[in-house]
Amino acid sequence: MNAIVISAVLGVVMMFCGVFTNSKPAVRTVAIIGLLALVIVNVLDMGGYHFFNVNVKGMLSFDIFGLLFNTIAFGSTWIYFLLSGRDMERVGVNLAEYFALIFFVLCGIAIVSSFTSLLMLFLGIEIISIPLYILTGSDKRNLKSNEAALKYFLMGSFSTGIMLMGITLLYGVKGSFNIDVIRMGTTNLTPMLAAGLLLLLFSMSFKVSAAPFHFWTPDAYDGSPTVFTSFMATIVKVAGFIAFIRLFEGCFGDVQKQWQLLVAIIAAATLFIGNITAVFQQSVKRMLSYSSIAQAGFMLFALVAMNDMAKDGMIFYAAAYSLATIGIFAILLKMKDYTFEGFNGLAKRQPVLAATNTIFLLSLAGIPATAGFWAKFYMLSAAINNGNVMWLVIIGVLCAAISAYYYFRVIQAMYFKEGEAEPQEVETTSGFKGLLIAIAAVVVILGIFPHWLLDQLHNLFYL
Amino acid sequence: MVPVLLIVIPLVSGLLGFLIKQEKNAKVWSLLTSIITMVVSILGIAVLHKPEYLQADVAWLPDLGSRFSLTMDGMSKMLCLLTGLAYPGIFIATWNSTYKNGYQFYALMLLMQTGLMGVFVASDALLFYFFWELALIPAYFLCSIWGGERRVAVTFKFFIYTFVGSLLMLVAIIWVYFHTPDHSFAMSSFYKVNLPGSTQGWLFWLFFLAFAIKIPLFPFHTWQPDTYEQSPTAVTMVLSGIMVKMGVFGILRWLAPVVPVGLWGYGDPAASMCVIGMIYGSIVAMQQDDLKRFVAYSSIAHMGLMGLAIFVTSSIGIQGVMIQMFAHGINIIGLWIVVELIERQFHTRKMSELGGLAQKAPSLAIMLVVVSLANVALPLTNAFIGEFMMFNGVFGSKASNYHYIFMVVGGLSIILSAVYTLNMLQKVLFGNTSPLTANALDLKINEKFVLAVLLIGIVVMGVYPKPMIEATRHAVDAIYSKMFVKLP
Repeated sequence: MNAIVISAVLGVVMMFCGVFTNSKPAVRTVAIIGLLALVIVNVLDMGGYHFFNVNVKGMLSFDIFGLLFNTIAFGSTWIYFLLSGRDMERVGVNLAEYFALIFFVLCGIAIVSSFTSLLMLFLGIEIISIPLYILTGSDKRNLKSNEAALKYFLMGSFSTGIMLMGITLLYGVKGSFNIDVIRMGTTNLTPMLAAGLLLLLFSMSFKVSAAPFHFWTPDAYDGSPTVFTSFMATIVKVAGFIAFIRLFEGCFGDVQKQWQLLVAIIAAATLFIGNITAVFQQSVKRMLSYSSIAQAGFMLFALVAMNDMAKDGMIFYAAAYSLATIGIFAILLKMKDYTFEGFNGLAKRQPVLAATNTIFLLSLAGIPATAGFWAKFYMLSAAINNGNVMWLVIIGVLCAAISAYYYFRVIQAMYFKEGEAEPQEVETTSGFKGLLIAIAAVVVILGIFPHWLLDQLHNLFYL
Repeated sequence: MVPVLLIVIPLVSGLLGFLIKQEKNAKVWSLLTSIITMVVSILGIAVLHKPEYLQADVAWLPDLGSRFSLTMDGMSKMLCLLTGLAYPGIFIATWNSTYKNGYQFYALMLLMQTGLMGVFVASDALLFYFFWELALIPAYFLCSIWGGERRVAVTFKFFIYTFVGSLLMLVAIIWVYFHTPDHSFAMSSFYKVNLPGSTQGWLFWLFFLAFAIKIPLFPFHTWQPDTYEQSPTAVTMVLSGIMVKMGVFGILRWLAPVVPVGLWGYGDPAASMCVIGMIYGSIVAMQQDDLKRFVAYSSIAHMGLMGLAIFVTSSIGIQGVMIQMFAHGINIIGLWIVVELIERQFHTRKMSELGGLAQKAPSLAIMLVVVSLANVALPLTNAFIGEFMMFNGVFGSKASNYHYIFMVVGGLSIILSAVYTLNMLQKVLFGNTSPLTANALDLKINEKFVLAVLLIGIVVMGVYPKPMIEATRHAVDAIYSKMFVKLP
């Protein structure tokens, strides 16, 4: 509960912050400190310090899974603020509003990670989506940004409608919005339940941009200001997965056999389409959009397998994927040229940027000794342990090999290709570089000791 | 203790190597540390026999049942020795080469050594996979930065190829892990798994692909000639001398004992691929004009024989593979050294542009002749022992239905190897001098030293192979018994 209240309050605070001060650094500092406070109250929540005793009437339940995910989402956002906060200033004049909108999104994330009632799921998803429509179109004078926002909005509201329809059908059958009630006694899918399940599956697939519901993703990600693409492609997307898993485990965990194949096919299609299309991209930003689709395919493994390993793995995947992608986007933001050629010779000009970028890319590709390896390892293990979907596992590893192709193209450009004779200077501060190095170090440490982070949290509260 | 040192010394020295910006100092530093590694590896095989010196076991991932556990048996000892010996040799032999940003080159070389050593001593499947991939990343950067003209594309092909193989192996490893009695990645648990025959069948292919790509066996060899040709020679030496042994080692340690029934079931198709590779490699080697490609294809033929000897499941054949892994490593590094010397002096690798070197550079000629003859497996050279035992094993195999055919067709490749090797010697050493070789100079002292040591090694091992056989006998017996015990 701490996180939901505080993030909403912080959103309001940020809105008024813009009224009282015009100083951009001040706004940014308030946002960074506020978010840090948010992380801390959430961690305290995990430790049993609840500041707000609101009677939620059983519509929310704050289990360790959701709270842990909140910590990761807020922590990643905090890093994102530190790395890319300055770049938000370039988008437009309403800096405080952008921060406010992001805090509202975080509030939505805190809701979807802890819902037990489908109404709360719907609310959470909407609270996440609406600020994102605005952020996508925040580059007001850019036609592409407007187009992206409109497209995202139309498609997004359409899928929300589908979701509502699904929820209604479930309510019609069970007479309740509570996922436990819906789960109870569901041993066989009646036609109405099946229709509800399918509608929910499609709308959630849309939210996490799983194929064949992914068509909005490249356009929306490409059109929106890069600094917000970074946020959408990482934290928001992973939050969608948490909601997805909560929903399907909660409502349909007992009839998993009946929908597993369908989700497995969606996962395979997502992997295939995301990876193959990413290979042909000329712009790194667009490549990253497709790569986020491809990574979503891997995250769907958690839903297909639906065991303890899958849930642990999902949390880990969230952290590994968000850290690496935020890092890459932060570096991309410093580049003037978003094509692969724009990275040519970066290793000579900016060795620190190139080296950290390499570690992030290796992590996304799933090379051992980076966090990304364990993310993929957990997903593969979960699916293999499930045992029914070996074909999906094989498709998954082949697609992982394809993904190495486009991630390594960036490495090749940075290290093995000569840059232009007079390259445009990349402006960086030493603080930015230091932060990148710190994130890269975390990626590597997590890659060697994947339990390090969890152990730290455990030590904090249980010993 | 010893295995930890073998991993830590190259790792630390490699990381520190990035800080030594001066190329000369970096060279000295990497030579010194590689000599220390070599001494440790020699101690490991010759002096420290107590088991506690040869093991290490630290908790790593308790939740997953994976431990940072290292063990050195006879096979590991021998391959660590090969790695330990090869590195100083390579550094000395290529002492006169200069690289742009040389310190990075040497640091990456040492990091690659870390990965190689780790693969050879890991006794935990997950740890093995870790090192298996870690050896690849430095190799990727080494070849892509300092290689020839087509380096980026070629190295990338190499990388993707091996990456696909390793990922399939990862799937197999995880599958076996879930079927171990105690949910553990430890080698001993893996050996205890008893899976039904059909499961072992497809697990065999998943493991096999990873190792076959690395070795490389026909038809997965297409990355190999290009990569050997385009890589800087020092890296080619490591790739062909040591890294390909990872594949053979992997089969012996992780494939044969874990899925023996699969190996029985599919040994013949796999062996057929090896035999085809032997003949194919030999025939293509005959057509080559480029010395590097020549050595690359001849290596395909030789590695095919090692695969064959394993897949027909015979004890003496596996013993032969052990000997040959070491011998082939020494010989091919010797060949590369000579090729590198020729290339550096004449700026060409084309046999047609060389000739008459025997008159101008007699010691170079002697070295090339001896190393080449060892490559043909002439008696008195080290390779003879290995190849003889391997063919013996193929001939006497009880597991394969076609071992006579393998024997005859494989035997042909011996004749072919004599043909292409002598042909190469003729073109390079004899005949009239070409404009390029008219003013050829003979070897420098450091080159002479390394090659002389190599030659002594080749002959001594060829005449007196007993210590090598003794050192690996236990490992061979252990593997062979695992391959038979679990028969259905």
